[in-house]
Amino acid sequence: MAENKSNSKAVIVKDLVKKFGSFVANDHLNFEVDKGEIFGFLGANGAGKTTAIKILCGLSHPTSGEVNVAGYDIYKQRDLIKKNIGYMSQKFSLYDDLSIAENIRFYGGIYGLSRKKIKEKTAEYIEKLGLQAYTKSMVKELPLGFKQKLAFSVAIVHDPPIVFLDEPTGGVDPITRRQFWELIYKEAAKGKTIFVTTHYMDEAEYCDRVSIMVDGRIEALDKPAILKETYNAESMEEVFIQLARG
Amino acid sequence: MKTILYIIQKEFLQIFRDRMMLPIIFVIPIFQLLILAHAATFEIKYVDLGIIDLDQSLASRALVRKFEASPFFRVKARSFSLDKLSEEMQNSRVEQILYIPANFNNELENKHPVKIQLITDAVDGAAAGIMNTYALSIVKDFNRNLLIQSKTLPLNIKSIETRTSYWYNPDLDYKTFMIPGILVLLVSIIGLFLSGLNIVKEKEIGTIEQLNVTPIKKHHFIIGKLTPFWFIAMFDLFFGLVLAKFVFHIPIVGSIGLIIFVASIYLVLVLGIGLFISTLADTQQQAMFIAWFFVVIFILLSGLFMPVENMPDWAQVINIINPIAYFIDFMRMVMLKGARFADVSYHIISITIYAILSISLATWRYKKVV
Repeated sequence: MAENKSNSKAVIVKDLVKKFGSFVANDHLNFEVDKGEIFGFLGANGAGKTTAIKILCGLSHPTSGEVNVAGYDIYKQRDLIKKNIGYMSQKFSLYDDLSIAENIRFYGGIYGLSRKKIKEKTAEYIEKLGLQAYTKSMVKELPLGFKQKLAFSVAIVHDPPIVFLDEPTGGVDPITRRQFWELIYKEAAKGKTIFVTTHYMDEAEYCDRVSIMVDGRIEALDKPAILKETYNAESMEEVFIQLARG
Repeated sequence: MKTILYIIQKEFLQIFRDRMMLPIIFVIPIFQLLILAHAATFEIKYVDLGIIDLDQSLASRALVRKFEASPFFRVKARSFSLDKLSEEMQNSRVEQILYIPANFNNELENKHPVKIQLITDAVDGAAAGIMNTYALSIVKDFNRNLLIQSKTLPLNIKSIETRTSYWYNPDLDYKTFMIPGILVLLVSIIGLFLSGLNIVKEKEIGTIEQLNVTPIKKHHFIIGKLTPFWFIAMFDLFFGLVLAKFVFHIPIVGSIGLIIFVASIYLVLVLGIGLFISTLADTQQQAMFIAWFFVVIFILLSGLFMPVENMPDWAQVINIINPIAYFIDFMRMVMLKGARFADVSYHIISITIYAILSISLATWRYKKVV
């Protein structure tokens, strides 16, 4: 059983290839993500990060290779995977013309949460994110930072064991980014696996392990401290630049 | 099932929060009915006539007087020069020229055949035909009077008299003919555009991706998305029928229940096409263009403005797959002629088959995973 094999692993990827015509976006990717880990998925623009994350979330078909997420096979058990993951993309996933409560109700309803549970979650999020002043407003009136934190919370409204975040902190100020990462840490502390792509190298330092993708291949994968040692670098930024330059 | 209700609830919230939506739902039907029903007419009220009477005789004046007396002709210009009136026609000030040659009276008195000329602006061929018919009937009438006056022929040939009665639309009111078709146009446009654009909008703002990572079932999503627009279009049809009956006094001879029943199937068809378009387009702009492409062709071929029977064979063949044509024909038959289920069963079966086809094709094309 695939489930037994991957008991301690949240994600297993073997020889994953994704081609668009003759362009190879993902070139034989191999990696595993442990349960409860914060896994940073780094790479320059166009390195193939989003392509890979979309395959893991079941939004896109792989060309070849084995992918196992939350113990389920991406080819045969796509629906089970979807019940067990949360996903937040660089684009906003909230409806601007709905209120906070209406957004939570909609996504909660789709994940099959009970009305009572949805009410609880709504109250919890408004409290936790300090959104009391915005309960009557539409999401479009929220400041960007609040929107992002709310989008993250809505993405995990069904309490999935694994969360995929695709550049979740694009375009927000450093303070909000810090707050956002506090949210991520809280969820990780509850045992959730966090799979996150980012451009910000300071964020890479927050991860338990990071992989760095260059031109569709994973060039490095380890703890940030070990990577810095290996590449004789002061910061993750230096590591990244060394690798990305080739 | 609960998932569907959550989607429907969300859609209705968004629809009624959109400030453009209520005008679209209420104002479009009123405008379409008011403007199209009155303006889109092929009736020719009168013809602007130019007269060249080179004869200036008793007989020629009698003919001219006949034209002047006719309610269909307005004498706009008189001249002795064909060139001058040609210019008037060029500038669209006259639509038809009556040319009476100089020897008109003489030839008539000598019992020779005599020729007059009618020149018609035929840019609009259909209108030209009608103008010609009007003019010829006056000339014919003039001719008959001549015969009677001259008494040269024994008038024992009883001419055949035709008495016309116009069924289903006794006053030959163009509105009666147009309104059932305009109602179809209305629900088609509302259904097609609103549903197509709505789903593409979710693509544009990226929420469709968020939905695609949820375990939502494809058919739940589609039912939830299309149901609100089904209700809105049904409401608009009902609203339009009320306007037709009480504001335009269009007789609704057939069964309203039958109309509602077939409309409910027809809308599935239209929404299916809307969904299909949304699977082809990435932006609302693209969706708009594709939708217009379908709508314009289907409407022009549908028989809304011109009878399908007058179209070339190949166009009639295309109409076999034109859903709008079936529904317009159905609406006219039921509203104006009081057709019953059995009379329109062919229409109903065709619409049902296309509804199944369009919704299945769209569902098949709609992909959660790319």
